[in-house]
Amino acid sequence: MAAAPISAPASGARVRIQSEDFDLGAEVAALRGTDPRVGAVCTFLGTVRDRNEGQSVASLELEHYPGMTEKAIEAMIDEALRRFDILDARVVHRVGLLQTTDQIVLVAVSSAHRGESFQACEFLIDYLKTQAPFWKKEQTPDGARWVDARVSDDAALARWGIASGNA
Amino acid sequence: MQIEIRFFAAIREALGTSGLSIESQARTVGELRDELIARGAPWAEALERGRAVRAALDQAMVDEQATLREGAEVAFFPPVTGG
Repeated sequence: MAAAPISAPASGARVRIQSEDFDLGAEVAALRGTDPRVGAVCTFLGTVRDRNEGQSVASLELEHYPGMTEKAIEAMIDEALRRFDILDARVVHRVGLLQTTDQIVLVAVSSAHRGESFQACEFLIDYLKTQAPFWKKEQTPDGARWVDARVSDDAALARWGIASGNA
Repeated sequence: MQIEIRFFAAIREALGTSGLSIESQARTVGELRDELIARGAPWAEALERGRAVRAALDQAMVDEQATLREGAEVAFFPPVTGG
């Protein structure tokens, strides 16, 4: 199968939902820009694992709610900017058909010092996992199945003082 | 009042539709869900009480007490699983 085309980072756009792949280095470069205040960048990269709930997974289909998904993640970034002393953040999330080992999601955060970037990056992915409207459908040897939400993801968000109630 | 309804993921598949526009008497998101359940199969099962169904009103997550307005966009979907 031909690799998915890689999108160029859209300068200024903090949130992108797209079927195209992305380039982590280019996204980090766009996040940093030429801002001399940046002393730290933390990234989280989520990829398609070959197993889930004890079954092998060949591919994933990701669905989202166009419009709401972007708004929800924008609001999460605003919240991260309020909570942590960070400079900027961006999120790229893929939708559509993805294969094992493909990149799914990137969260990147910049700050003056590392501590705030680490925290804000984890906050954003915890928040996104339980509050951003995406749904995964897995292809397994037994057929397709919708992925169940995890209580452990709600617990991860609860550490930040936010009740999820998703799973 | 007129309400735009959207469905996603397993609920969309079970209903065989991604959305519809209806004239509704419901005052809240929960009452709208009950109206749909009252339609019988496949609505009753897909949106059945006790099943994990989440809702959004005008593209923001809400609970079922949220109040509807003319022209509101309401979405019903399963718990989210992105990231």
